[in-house]
Amino acid sequence: MKPAVPAIELRGITKTFGKVVANKNVDLTVNRGEILSVLGENGSGKTTLMNMISGIYYPDSGEILVDGKEVSIRSPKDAFDLKIGMIHQHFKLVDIFTATENIILGLKDEKGFDVKRASAEIKETCEKYGFEIDLNKKIYEMSVSEKQTVEIVKVLYRGADILILDEPTAVLTPQETQTLFSVLRTMRDYGNAIVIITHKLHEVLELSDRVAVLRKGEHVGSVVTAQADESSLTQMMVGKKISLDIERSEPKNPTDRLVVENLNCVNREGVKVIEDISFTARAGEILGIAGVSGSGQRELLEAIAGLQKLTDGKITYINPKTGTHDNLRNKTPLQIRNLGVRLSFVPEDRLGMGLVGNMDIIDNMMLRSYQKGHSLFLQRKAPRDLAERIISELDVVTPDANTPVRRLSGGNVQKVLVGREISSAPTVLMVAYPVRGLDINSSYTIYNLLNRQKDSGTAVIFVGEDLDVLIELCDKILILCGGKISGIVDGRTATKEEIGLAMTKYSGGERE
Amino acid sequence: MITLIFGFLRQAIIQGIPLIFGSTGEILTEKSGNLNLGIPGIMYMGGISGVIGAFFYEKYGDVSNVFLCVLIPFLASLAGSALMAFIYSFLTITLRANQNVTGLALTTFGVGVGNFFGGSLSSLFGGSGGTIALNVTGNYFKTTLPFADKLGLFGSTFLSFGFLAYLAIAIALTASLILNRTRIGLNLRAVGESPATADAAGINVTLYKYLATCIGGAIAGLGGLYFVMDYIGGAWTNNGFGDRGWLAIALVIFVIWKPKFSIPGAILFGGLYIIYIYIPEFTGMALARSSQELFNMLPYVVTIIVLCLTSMRKKREQQPPMSLGLSYFREER
Repeated sequence: MKPAVPAIELRGITKTFGKVVANKNVDLTVNRGEILSVLGENGSGKTTLMNMISGIYYPDSGEILVDGKEVSIRSPKDAFDLKIGMIHQHFKLVDIFTATENIILGLKDEKGFDVKRASAEIKETCEKYGFEIDLNKKIYEMSVSEKQTVEIVKVLYRGADILILDEPTAVLTPQETQTLFSVLRTMRDYGNAIVIITHKLHEVLELSDRVAVLRKGEHVGSVVTAQADESSLTQMMVGKKISLDIERSEPKNPTDRLVVENLNCVNREGVKVIEDISFTARAGEILGIAGVSGSGQRELLEAIAGLQKLTDGKITYINPKTGTHDNLRNKTPLQIRNLGVRLSFVPEDRLGMGLVGNMDIIDNMMLRSYQKGHSLFLQRKAPRDLAERIISELDVVTPDANTPVRRLSGGNVQKVLVGREISSAPTVLMVAYPVRGLDINSSYTIYNLLNRQKDSGTAVIFVGEDLDVLIELCDKILILCGGKISGIVDGRTATKEEIGLAMTKYSGGERE
Repeated sequence: MITLIFGFLRQAIIQGIPLIFGSTGEILTEKSGNLNLGIPGIMYMGGISGVIGAFFYEKYGDVSNVFLCVLIPFLASLAGSALMAFIYSFLTITLRANQNVTGLALTTFGVGVGNFFGGSLSSLFGGSGGTIALNVTGNYFKTTLPFADKLGLFGSTFLSFGFLAYLAIAIALTASLILNRTRIGLNLRAVGESPATADAAGINVTLYKYLATCIGGAIAGLGGLYFVMDYIGGAWTNNGFGDRGWLAIALVIFVIWKPKFSIPGAILFGGLYIIYIYIPEFTGMALARSSQELFNMLPYVVTIIVLCLTSMRKKREQQPPMSLGLSYFREER
C-alpha cells in the first residue's frame, strides 16, 4: 500500500448553532487517492462538518489544513481556490439555466465570455471521466441523476481534486448508483480525494476505502473499510449494539379494507401516469409498492387520498366500524381523511408537503387537527403533549417543542412528519419513502412503528426504495413499472432479483 | 387622420419614456432577487433631486453653460435615487428586512420628500415661494436633434425628443445585452434565481444585489428627471408624476422581465395611459369624466391578462426570478 498523502486535515473543529452543538472538537484526515465515507446518524454533524470545508459555514474554533498548510475557508470561493468541490444533497443548480451555464457560473473569464468554447472544454472533461450529458439541456428538464452529473462535472471542470458528496445516492435508482460509484472509483484512481457522506451501510462497505464515524457531533473513530462490517459500524455510529432485524409478524385475520379497481389517471400534460391499476389493501397487512422513482407511486397514493383526479376507475373503502362500502372517488380529500385514510408523503424536499418550516413542532401538530377545536382560542395542551411524545419516542433531536421545524436536521423533520400521521390512529396509512435520508437507527424505529400499526389492524401501504427492506417488511409487494402493475409478489418468498427485474420491465399479468 | 395617429404615437412615446427608465431599473433590481416596490418613490426622488440640482445651479451658477446646466441635475438625480435604492439595499440585504414593507415605506417617503421640497424649495431659500420654474434647464433638456423638424412626419414623431428619451432606449438595450450575453448578466440572473447556488459557485451575492439594486434605482430615477425636466419643462407640480411608478412595475411583469421588450411595452402603456384624450378625436364622441378613469385602467388590465397568459403557459423562462422577494443568508438552515 502506498503511504497516505493527506489532502485535508481537520484539527479540533467546533461549530455551534445557537444552543445546538453541531460539531465538537473534530479531528479528521482525508487522504489523496482514497474514498472516505463519513458515517453517522441524522444530526450527528456530518453535513455541517463538510460545509465548513466547502466554505458554507465557518468553524467557531479549530483549524483546517489543506495539503499541509493551514487555511481559512471563508466562502465557497475560497474552497474552489483550494480545489475543494462539494456536491450538496439539495443540488445547487439554477433551474432555468442550461447545463453549460450552470457549470461555468461564477468563473473568471481569462479569454472573454464564450459559452461555446466553455461547452467544448466541458465536453473534454466529460469524456475523460466517462460522463454522458446533454450540455444544452435546461436543468428543470433533467432527471435527478442528470442533475447530479451536472453537479459533479461542475466541480471537476473547476479543477477540484478534493470532492465531497453529501448523500449522493439518496435519490438515485440502484442502476444509477452503480454508475456513480464507477465514476467515483475512476476519479479516485486519478489521485483525487473523495469524501462521501452517507448512512447506507452497504454502500459504505462497497465503495469506500476508509470510514470515519461521527456521533453526536464528535468523531468517534476511523476504520479501514476492509476491517469493518455492518454490525461493527452500526455499533460505532449508535454507541450501542442494536439489532438490524425487522420483526415481521404474521397478519392476524386480515380483512379487505381498500379495493382499487382499474385506476387510470393522466397528468397535466395529458400523459397517462397510472394505467389500469387494481389491488386490494387488507387490514393487518403491509402492502409494499416497489418501482423506479416516477413510476406512478406518487399519483397512486394521491389518487387514493383524493388529491389526484382520476380519468377512470373505482376505489372502494370498506369501513371497519359499519361495514359499509364507500367509493372514495366521489369524496373530497377532507371526507377521505375523516374516514381514517392517511397519507404521509415524504417528498424530496421534506418540508414541501405536510409541514410548515417556520412553525414550531406543536403548531405543526395542530395542522392536522385544526377542525377539532370548538373554542375561540387555541388549545395547545393536547398538541403539546403529542409533540413531546413524538420527540421522546422517536428521539427527535431538538432543543424543545417550540423550535421551528426548519431548524431541525432533515431526518428529524421526517420523524416529526411520520410521527404525526401515525399518531392519528388511521385505518389506512400510506407512507412514501418514510425513511429517505434517515439513519439506520431512526429507520428501524419507523419500521417498527409501521409494524405496530399493522398489528393494530391498520392497512399499511408502504412505498419504498430499498428492496431489502421491502422484502423484510412487507407482506405483499406490488411492483410498478411506467405506471402499470408489472407484478404482485409475496414478501416472504420474493427475491430481490425478481423484483428488480419487474421494476424495469413490464411483463404483464399478475403473479400471486 | 394620419397626423392625428402620428400625434398620438408621439404622445405615447413621451408617456412611455419614464416607464422605460422605471421598468428597466426595476428589472435589473428584480433580476438580483430584490422586489423593490420603492420604485414609485425612487422616481419621485429622481425628479426632485434633479429639480434641487437645477434650482441651485440656476441660482448660483452660470446658466449659459449648457453642459453643466444639464450635467448637474442629471448627476443630482442619479445620486438621489441611488441613495434611496441604497437605503432599500441596506435594509433588505444587510439587515434582511421584509422587501415589500421596505419598498412601500420608501415609496411613501419618496413621494413625501418630492412634494415637500417641490412645494417649499423656493421659499426655503429666500425666493417668493410658489412653484419652481426652471425654464432654462428645462429648455436644455428639451433640446431635440437639430434636423428633427426637417424630416416631416417621421422627424416630428420619432426624433423630436430630448436626449433623455434616446438614453432610455439605449439603457434598455444595453441592459438586455448585459443580462443575456455577458458573464455579469449570467451571474446576476443566477443570484436572482438561486442565491445559494450563486454563492456556492463563488459569486459575491451581496455585492451583486447591492449593485443591481442601486444601479437599477438610479436608472429608474432618471424617469422622474425626464418627467420634470423634459415633459413638464422644468417645473414641479405636487403629485404630478402620478401613478407612473406603479405603471413601471406593472410593465416589468408585462414584458416578462425582458428589458428590450420594455421599449415597445412602455410605448403601448403610454398610449393606453393617454388614450382617453384621443378617443373623442378618433371617434368624435365626448368622454365623460367617469369613463376616462375606465380608460386609465387599461394598462393594468393588460398586465393582468399577461399574468394570466404566462401563468397558464407555465413556461419556466417567463416566470419571475425564483428567489424574488426573499432575503438570503448563507448559514440559514
